[in-house]
Amino acid sequence: MYSISNLDAAFSALADPTRRAILARLAKGEATVMELAAPFEMTQPAISQHLKVLEDAGLVVRRVDGTKRPRRLAKAGVEAMDQWLAMLRKALEKSYDRLDEVLASMEKPRRGEKR
Amino acid sequence: MTLQTEGDTHVVVTRRFAAPPEAVYRAHTDPKLVQKWMLGPEGWTMPVCISEAKPGGKIRYEWSNGKGGGFHLTGEYLELEPYSRLVHVERMHLPNPTPDNHIETRFDPDGTGTLMTMRMTLPDAQTRAAMLATGMESGMEASYVRLEEMI
Repeated sequence: MYSISNLDAAFSALADPTRRAILARLAKGEATVMELAAPFEMTQPAISQHLKVLEDAGLVVRRVDGTKRPRRLAKAGVEAMDQWLAMLRKALEKSYDRLDEVLASMEKPRRGEKR
Repeated sequence: MTLQTEGDTHVVVTRRFAAPPEAVYRAHTDPKLVQKWMLGPEGWTMPVCISEAKPGGKIRYEWSNGKGGGFHLTGEYLELEPYSRLVHVERMHLPNPTPDNHIETRFDPDGTGTLMTMRMTLPDAQTRAAMLATGMESGMEASYVRLEEMI
């Protein structure tokens, strides 16, 4: 189950360019810490630290595969963020739909005479 | 409409309107017009709307859900270029003030209409994260409840 406090952690976790890059890489499929560290000038422990933040925020999960621990995106966490942003968009869009109506009513008096 | 994060500290919202820039600009600065639309989810009203559209002019929006719930926003205008560009700062009071959100709003002609681009700059990545996580229209208790039911 995903809660509001997770959501706060999830957005905080995203406030870092390395972690966003890691998520972008994982969006293409699962990867090991070594594979994730490759494009960065960072040590594996440093990448592991970023992965821990992402795991604690519920955005990344690990799987056991022999001695490997490949990471992948956590569907529930990513979807919860998507839903939240969708709701923000909806609230804003609701305001702008009203603004469309306000603008339509402003246009009318202009046609007949100067304001 | 689009709503996107940009870099570590920005949020960018774009929206097209069928009316010319002058009308969209006025709808963003004239308190009698702002009061009619800047309301967020269904059920909210803005009983107090102060918008002094001049450099240094005050902004104060108070929202109410009609059931005793509410919150307000204060801010100041920094730059006004009728009818193409507005720069202001704002903060939510929940009731403690949130860090200042610095907002540049552009109104560019787009055919016979307007393309509005609102670029918010938060002091740091943590503040932006908090803003996105708690909702730009905070006081969205109804939305919180709905979200908790969904997930």
